[in-house]
Amino acid sequence: MRLSLGAIPYLWPRQTVEDFYQLHVNSPVDVIYLGETVCAKRRTLKIAEWIDLAKELATEGKQIVLSTLTLIEAKSDMAGVKRLCNNGDLLVEANDMGAVQLMAEQSLPFVTGPSLNIYNAYTLKLLYKQGLMRWVMPVELNAETLKDILADAAAMGIGDKIETEVFSFGRLPLAYSARCFTARFHNVPKDDCQLVCQNYPEGLAMDSQEGLDFFTINGIQTQSGHIQNLLPHWQQMQQIGVDMMRISPQPHYMVEIIKRHYQVLQGDSMATDLQPWLTAAACDGYWCGKPGMDYIAVET
Amino acid sequence: MELVCPAGNAPMLKSAVDNGADAVYIGFKDDTNARHFAGLNFNDGTAQKAVDYAHDHGSKVYLAINTYPQPAGWSRWKKAVDVAASIGIDALIIADTGVLAYATEKYPDLARHLSVQGSATNAEALCFYKQQFDIRRVVIPRVLSIAQVKQLAKDSPVELEVFGFGSLCVMVEGRCLLSSYATGESPNTCGACSPAKAVRWVETAEGTECRLNGVLIDRFTADEKAGYPVVCKGRFNVEGHTYHALEEPTSLNTLELLPELLAAGVKAIKIEGRQRSTAYVTKVAKVWREAIDSCQLNPQDFVAKQQWMQDLASVSEGTQTTLGAYNRPWQ
Repeated sequence: MRLSLGAIPYLWPRQTVEDFYQLHVNSPVDVIYLGETVCAKRRTLKIAEWIDLAKELATEGKQIVLSTLTLIEAKSDMAGVKRLCNNGDLLVEANDMGAVQLMAEQSLPFVTGPSLNIYNAYTLKLLYKQGLMRWVMPVELNAETLKDILADAAAMGIGDKIETEVFSFGRLPLAYSARCFTARFHNVPKDDCQLVCQNYPEGLAMDSQEGLDFFTINGIQTQSGHIQNLLPHWQQMQQIGVDMMRISPQPHYMVEIIKRHYQVLQGDSMATDLQPWLTAAACDGYWCGKPGMDYIAVET
Repeated sequence: MELVCPAGNAPMLKSAVDNGADAVYIGFKDDTNARHFAGLNFNDGTAQKAVDYAHDHGSKVYLAINTYPQPAGWSRWKKAVDVAASIGIDALIIADTGVLAYATEKYPDLARHLSVQGSATNAEALCFYKQQFDIRRVVIPRVLSIAQVKQLAKDSPVELEVFGFGSLCVMVEGRCLLSSYATGESPNTCGACSPAKAVRWVETAEGTECRLNGVLIDRFTADEKAGYPVVCKGRFNVEGHTYHALEEPTSLNTLELLPELLAAGVKAIKIEGRQRSTAYVTKVAKVWREAIDSCQLNPQDFVAKQQWMQDLASVSEGTQTTLGAYNRPWQ
């Protein structure tokens, strides 16, 4: 199995973004996804600058993939997605069926992100015919279902033609809205949001009235409060046929977290516990067929 | 402009038809549809009778097969499509591309609508579904503003159906996993949001607690009406403030926008609420029938009558109605 670094889900300052990629272009991840996937109003880097940054990073030997916006409403949003899909060079992660269409029209290969609803091999096959080369499993599916989907895909003759990636580490992307909940918290209208989300490099905690870290507000996106950690399940993932484990960026300890994943996959470490570097409780319920917020694994 | 009303059982369907629905949408009694609730929906026999009644009275019946099948359940979704074709359903409302592929290949003449659960919000996505499955219509998510609906109506290769009235999802339909994060079941996988079996109400000294799989979603004082713990509609704590962090429990009502929707070329208005009562659908169908007829007759002078608004408010969940995202000034 290989490692990937998902797109930064939060609004970080430009310098932080550039430093982050300069650092991780030399890390043990094989694939780096980058681009704004959550909110079109975040323009710390313009579309052209994301493409330039991606092309610059691509010279360092890793596979660089441009990620597109998940919720595309206005025509201006779509114009940005088109520029990414027409970048002429790099692979694209389609996070909406609109981006799938743009890639298919050009007969170019693409990756689908976790917000594309692929729940069975019939869907996988159809998208494969359009150019899908890798898919990120929807985060609410479990190991048994993935096993079934890949068995069906193999029976359809596409098992070895597509790669499977699983969202393995980070706060889970759970929902998208037209509304910005960070702006709502600040009582500012979304059309004059002043990009208040930049104050929360790891999102804004939204707890139950009893203090359970239930969800995380990240602009128009709602993430899990707990942090998914599937590293304890890496052997099962490998047996099922997962090709890639995705690590989703957070502001702290990314070097340590990536290193630990790499050591475990290389057989250099048996320690699947990431606890020292987690800023919230861990979860793996979805993978185990339970509510997503649960944590079932026994760490080693 | 077509009025599409919900029916969770035969009496509801009859009332919808009798009060002016051009089409009624229904689902089967399993997880193939997004209102998979106990005691609700149709079996093969009652669905056949529903189709017969509607057709005899000049209405159509659409079948919602709008959840996402996993390999273990695939045969149920396949069967739902097969039964629909055999009983004379007028159109299928489908979300999953695998199910769409099956229906297109096996029953090319049976009309296909893309469900709101398909999360299509832009013309390029609609081109995908049009090219792949020759869909006739899309039900668009309740997140677009009226300006965006108008633009999409211009660019879309297929008919648009928009939500007119009912409960409001603040999240993009088909892209919300909050329920399964808390309970293991979501609209996508099980056709249920915040499923009843995970709900518990507890009386405490501090008030009535609403819990979902143990998680405190809201707490109501004696003078507040304790609502159902839909996960996005609870009161949560953000940096010391306890409030409806995602969504106030309000209902959607777009009656005032009818002339604009008509002018934009929107082909159908959808009423939410298969889980509601016969009284609900009777009242709502009647008001919207009158309103659509009046608007089509004379769109320039259309005004939402006070009586209509009162009737709709009386069956709203929560006390206030809203235009939802439709009135957003921003893009």
